[in-house]
Amino acid sequence: MEKENKGNALTRRDFLKGFGTGALGAAVAPKLLAQEAESIQTKEGKIPVYSKKQITLTVNEKKISMIVEPHETLLDVLRDNLNLTGAKKICDRGECGGCTVLLDGKPVYSCMFLAIRADGAKITTVEGLAQKDKLHPVQQAFIDKDAYQCGFCTPGFVVSSVAFLNSNTNPNTEDIKKALSGNLCRCGNYFKIYQAVDQAAKQMRRP
Amino acid sequence: MANIKLKDNIGESSLWYDEWVSDQSKSLPQGQPADEKEKFKFIGQYTKRIDGEKIVTGQARYTHDIKLRDMLIGKILRSPHAKAELFSVDLNTAKSLPGVKAALQVNQGKILYAGQQVAAVAAVDEKTAEKALEMIKVEYKPMPFVVTEEKAREEGAPQVHDERPNVEERRGYSRGDAEEGFKQADAVIERTYKTPIEIHHPTETHASIAMWQGKRLTIWDSTQAIHSVRDQLANALQIPAARIKVIKNYMGGGFGSKLGLNEHTVVAALLAREAKRPVKIMLSRQDNSLCVGNRPSSNQTYKGGVKKDGTLTALTLLNYTSGGIRGGDRASEPIIDVYKCPNVKVEEYNIYTNTGAARPTRAPGLVQGTFGLEGFIDELANEIGMDPLELRKKNYTTKNRGDTGIPYSSKGLDKGYEIGAREIGWNRRNKVPGEGNGRIRQGIGMASGIWWGAGVPGTLADIKLHPDGSVEAICGTQDIGCGTRTHMAVVAADTLGLDPQDIIIKIGNSDYPWAPLSGGSLTTPSVAPAVRDAALKAAKRLQEMAASKLKVPAANIILQDKKLFDRDNPENALPFEEVMKDLPNETVFHGERKGLPIGYAYNTFGAHFVEVEVDTVTGKIEVIKVVAVHDSGRIINKQTAESQIVGGITQGLSTALFEQRIMDETIGRMVNPNLRDYKIATSMDIPEIVPLFVDIVDPLINILGTKGLGEPPRIPISGAIGNAVYNAIGVHIREIPMTPDKVLDALKEKEVGR
Repeated sequence: MEKENKGNALTRRDFLKGFGTGALGAAVAPKLLAQEAESIQTKEGKIPVYSKKQITLTVNEKKISMIVEPHETLLDVLRDNLNLTGAKKICDRGECGGCTVLLDGKPVYSCMFLAIRADGAKITTVEGLAQKDKLHPVQQAFIDKDAYQCGFCTPGFVVSSVAFLNSNTNPNTEDIKKALSGNLCRCGNYFKIYQAVDQAAKQMRRP
Repeated sequence: MANIKLKDNIGESSLWYDEWVSDQSKSLPQGQPADEKEKFKFIGQYTKRIDGEKIVTGQARYTHDIKLRDMLIGKILRSPHAKAELFSVDLNTAKSLPGVKAALQVNQGKILYAGQQVAAVAAVDEKTAEKALEMIKVEYKPMPFVVTEEKAREEGAPQVHDERPNVEERRGYSRGDAEEGFKQADAVIERTYKTPIEIHHPTETHASIAMWQGKRLTIWDSTQAIHSVRDQLANALQIPAARIKVIKNYMGGGFGSKLGLNEHTVVAALLAREAKRPVKIMLSRQDNSLCVGNRPSSNQTYKGGVKKDGTLTALTLLNYTSGGIRGGDRASEPIIDVYKCPNVKVEEYNIYTNTGAARPTRAPGLVQGTFGLEGFIDELANEIGMDPLELRKKNYTTKNRGDTGIPYSSKGLDKGYEIGAREIGWNRRNKVPGEGNGRIRQGIGMASGIWWGAGVPGTLADIKLHPDGSVEAICGTQDIGCGTRTHMAVVAADTLGLDPQDIIIKIGNSDYPWAPLSGGSLTTPSVAPAVRDAALKAAKRLQEMAASKLKVPAANIILQDKKLFDRDNPENALPFEEVMKDLPNETVFHGERKGLPIGYAYNTFGAHFVEVEVDTVTGKIEVIKVVAVHDSGRIINKQTAESQIVGGITQGLSTALFEQRIMDETIGRMVNPNLRDYKIATSMDIPEIVPLFVDIVDPLINILGTKGLGEPPRIPISGAIGNAVYNAIGVHIREIPMTPDKVLDALKEKEVGR
């Protein structure tokens, strides 16, 4: 599955790199994010504090405004500010897909996506997939096929699967394997996950 | 200032299960044997997880997800040096940073590996805590170190432990006379097999939250062992175990790395005590690679003698194993137990290096030893021109210690061979290894496996009945991903004539009745019989109550479909809830997993059959199909049991093809402490998996005849893949991971050899 990557926009990785290496940090960080507003004094000297920014997100169909710091990731904001802990921090560097959420319908690794960059976006997390009391067909299929063990990677797999099935309603097993290759499951239940996604695809094809 | 040292068991094997179980058995009365003919509505069928909805909607709360009021974030400073003396640790600057609420030195002695903890802070948020760590000034005196097994074995290598040599002999094993056995053989060969150090990498990194309320301490921990954490923490902090409560509702994988108390849990408790606020410590992915265990390596040299008819005359093993600063794993269980052989000799050595300590990793020792022995058995078979499955059948045992010990309580491996060979199409394999042509070579191989899995006598569980008709099953066990809640519900429901969804399951709290750690395939054969025992007592009470109302003897009352009725006249019935109304408040029935009859060996068995394709140009191995047949006694829930097999095979495939810790010898640090450079199996690597059970009800092991299944599917798979590759290309890859470079080198050597 194509993970969202908006052209040349600054990613968290670039940002972190820049932040730590003086010149680049000074050049990139203020321009895109915020100006150096204040600093605090410690025994080690002055530490710069970059100014906070107000953003508005529509999360699981609810519009929310909040103030975030420029270094905060979408994952941290969802988990810490909004208490939506379905998305998990597993590798914290875009290797495992455990933090996958939908951003304007496309799957993104929320640990690699700065919150300020999501300003104005529509976010769907695993908590927002069920309609009232009815589970999303992908969620029901994961239960039916026992497509989880410890369940920690499951929210990421469920969200990735939903995104994939929204774009391909008639996948074969190879398509499913490729679509989920950006998510890791250490309990090793991939074989059951294919079956679940297959069941969900069939269900979603029904009128 | 705290100098934290966990129980020092350097050099000990991580294989304690068999001894533990037999010790416990001696002091406990034996239980009622399982009734083979008993038919159940749910046990042995497919029941969906009762907590599935929580998991798929993101509502299941892991330790990672828990946030308490006023909670601080704790972070640990770790040594960059593989070996050093700690001169001084200055916390003053860090303490002066606004938002820092506690700072501690947590190591005063020597640094023995890169990643070992030095100091810790607790601050109002993660960023402040990280900043504070940077402000801690540490003076180290770096010392010579050694981080690889090869270097550690060299003469004059830096010594890892002051009090012991880098190479240290472990307890050996011997029966018969191996030298005499080799003389009787028609063929004698010697081969060396190697396995690297693996990292567990559970998805949820290790995490603990500590909260003090006066003298009482509550710990939320990502653990496989709530009771062990409680007891070991009581010892570390020198406070009564009764003042500690350990909670674990959901956990993101463990695979052995979370089998006991961790250093960071003690640190969280100490920081929380100093700050007088709850403290959460969540390890990073890098910490997880360095500090919380690994699977020890092995370097196994087998020598074996075989007669032309397939009779094994002698087997010997010389193994070097490294678990970093701790001893490695015994790889000798398979050679001692699996095949009939009168003459066996084992010598094993620990090799110490300046790397993090080993911990049990799903099927400790058996993964390594089975890869070695099962590969060797195939090479022996080839030596005498015999079908490798026939060689295994020829040396089949019904007693342990290679048919020289005590009888197995039950063993369905022979049936496993039969079913597996049929399912994979064993006759399709190359009769001579590597006889195929073309770029892509097909091959079929198999391997056998043995494990324990009797469960732990003395495990407790309660059934609580409420007058409103609701039922609780309560046990201080923990669900580590196997579906323990559902297993308990299935057993209670079947005994009481209810549906699994009707049972409220309470687990994951050390205040609940005692259960062992969840590891070693112990949980189901410990907990399910205890729940069954409690539920039978509850059922008996309900039968007696119904009997007086229905005016028939209690023995005649059947509990089924939420009713109690007369077996001779099913119309004469009462709804379950009607009978429950007359109960006093909260009637509790205590259940126990009883002892095991002495004089039997209690083991689980499995056979894996694998089909592979090897690309002789790129060296890539593709696993096409795996048939796994397991004897784990009566299966409680096939739905979750099949997942365990699928998971074990996937992890074993990952071991066989991808995983290895890589150390930089010059700086003494791990090169690949993340999930990109430490490659694990992804969705692109998975074959068709056929999980099957021989479904033998063990007549002796416990009241349900059930054995464990956690470890067994992890054991034969790497060896079976190795043997399938051998069958495909005619050359045995004797070292895992079987990466393309090793395959290509082996093919080249074979060509040169011709």
